[in-house]
Amino acid sequence: MEPILTINNLTKKFGHLTAVKDLSFTINKGNVYGILGPNGSGKSTTLGIVLNVVNRTNGNFHWFDGNTTTHDALKQVGAIIERPNFYPYMTAEQNLKLVCKIKGVDFSKIEEKLEVVGLLDRKGHKFKTYSLGMKQRLAIASALLNDPEILILDEPTNGLDPQGIHQIRQIIKDIASEGTTILLASHLLDEVEKVCSHVVVLRKGEKLYSGRVDEMINSHGFFELKAEKHQDLLHVLENNSDFGKIKIEGELITAFLNEPMSAPEFNKLMFEKGIILSHLVKRKESLEEQFLQLTDNLNEVAAQN
Amino acid sequence: MLRLLTLELQKLWLNRASKVLIIMSFILPFTVLILSSIKINFFGFFTLELGELGIFNFPIIWHITTFFAAQFKFFFAIVVVSMISNEYSNKTLKQNLIDGLSKKEFILSKFYTILFFSFAATVLIGIATFLIGLYYSSYTEASIIFRETEFLLAYFVKLTGFFSLCLFLAMLLKRSAFALGFLFLLFISEGIIYGLMRWQISAEVADSIHNFMPLQSMWNLIEQPIQRIVMTKFPEKTDIAYDYAVHWYEVFIVLGWTAIFIFLSYRLLKKRDL
Repeated sequence: MEPILTINNLTKKFGHLTAVKDLSFTINKGNVYGILGPNGSGKSTTLGIVLNVVNRTNGNFHWFDGNTTTHDALKQVGAIIERPNFYPYMTAEQNLKLVCKIKGVDFSKIEEKLEVVGLLDRKGHKFKTYSLGMKQRLAIASALLNDPEILILDEPTNGLDPQGIHQIRQIIKDIASEGTTILLASHLLDEVEKVCSHVVVLRKGEKLYSGRVDEMINSHGFFELKAEKHQDLLHVLENNSDFGKIKIEGELITAFLNEPMSAPEFNKLMFEKGIILSHLVKRKESLEEQFLQLTDNLNEVAAQN
Repeated sequence: MLRLLTLELQKLWLNRASKVLIIMSFILPFTVLILSSIKINFFGFFTLELGELGIFNFPIIWHITTFFAAQFKFFFAIVVVSMISNEYSNKTLKQNLIDGLSKKEFILSKFYTILFFSFAATVLIGIATFLIGLYYSSYTEASIIFRETEFLLAYFVKLTGFFSLCLFLAMLLKRSAFALGFLFLLFISEGIIYGLMRWQISAEVADSIHNFMPLQSMWNLIEQPIQRIVMTKFPEKTDIAYDYAVHWYEVFIVLGWTAIFIFLSYRLLKKRDL
């Protein structure tokens, strides 16, 4: 696979505070990556370093094959960090012309990209008259001007209303479907879950996990069960080594799998034991549950130490 | 170079406040020049015609116009300071860098703008002085006309140096008001330090150190011409004679400061996390 961004042992200290600690990961072409972590976990700092606006303390990173300088590489990158930053007194078109001059892109791209984000009819209006949603869409248009190899988005839906969030996510999906690599930093788990194929999980500047979203933890999922013979069901589950932890909330039993098992298999097994289920759902942990599990594990380890 | 210059000019020209200040900084010196070159009748009591005083004679006119025009540099100084502080407050500096402008290019685009403006101002004042001089001057031989045109070079260097100082202060303090306040503070402290040195050490040491201070070295490039006008009226009073010429070492001191200010601005930006 063709690497786009390689980060090795990156560290950033702000005085005594370590914002990013010994972070390493690689981003390959064609995937949608998420950087996931709570506020203050070092997501924006990491992006700031690779985008050349924050100076690193230790470690290194390189773009593409490592033979391009960061300055040249950034001309093939589109990025939006935190809030959309433009000159308030210029119109959308004038702002984009300025970006074209910086990136060395032809002005003809402006109309094309404004069309993509649906702002073509407002191109002559000043930036300061735009709503936050429009500002964010203009920022995406600006980042797309050079047809980037990779699009970096830092909290792109932060502060938007549901409609704005939906619009932005749709735009991101459209761009991803055209094969552009995307790196999306977010503290919103469902956003990463909906959009990304790969994820890097950060906590206090340290990497907890990096890999495919669906392989984030070794889990075979769990069953949510209800049956009239509540006690019998519990008894069977407790004596079956395929099941690990069992949770009971009133009528509802949640049984976590140690080994893979499909819902029909389980249903058959129960029927053979003479237990008739009134409720059977097989689920996998949502990213949120996985994320909490990851961070909880770390807390437990920390507590034990 | 042209790319960086057009980049900055677009930022300035589309901003109404900057546009007004730029136009003012070009027009005001000329208005004053033109006003001073017409006859002013004070309610029939007397007529004041500065042209009659001989101040529009070559070569002294070069000295006089560049000196007075330089007093209007403050308008463009505000533009320089705000063109940096706006980039910080709009966070467009960060965005520019992310879009692929290097930190070096960012500083260069500002510096080229300063050079461009200083050059344009010098050319304009040169042409205007030449025309007014031709109209009023009693001497119109080429050798006299072009004598002392080094004041134009001094004017250019003085503007470039002063705006570079403003650029540095704005990069350092990020806010227009602070930068302009600090500039005023620097002006006062140069005077105080000079006074202290003169009092504690000696006049010669104080003078020679004072001549190396940023604002004083810029002032030295074009000395005030009033005394010179008086000298032409009373040539017998030798005690008021002073050295008003542009010296090469004065030019070099200011060029040195300019290089220091631009380099420090770059260093500051390079070290800073945005």
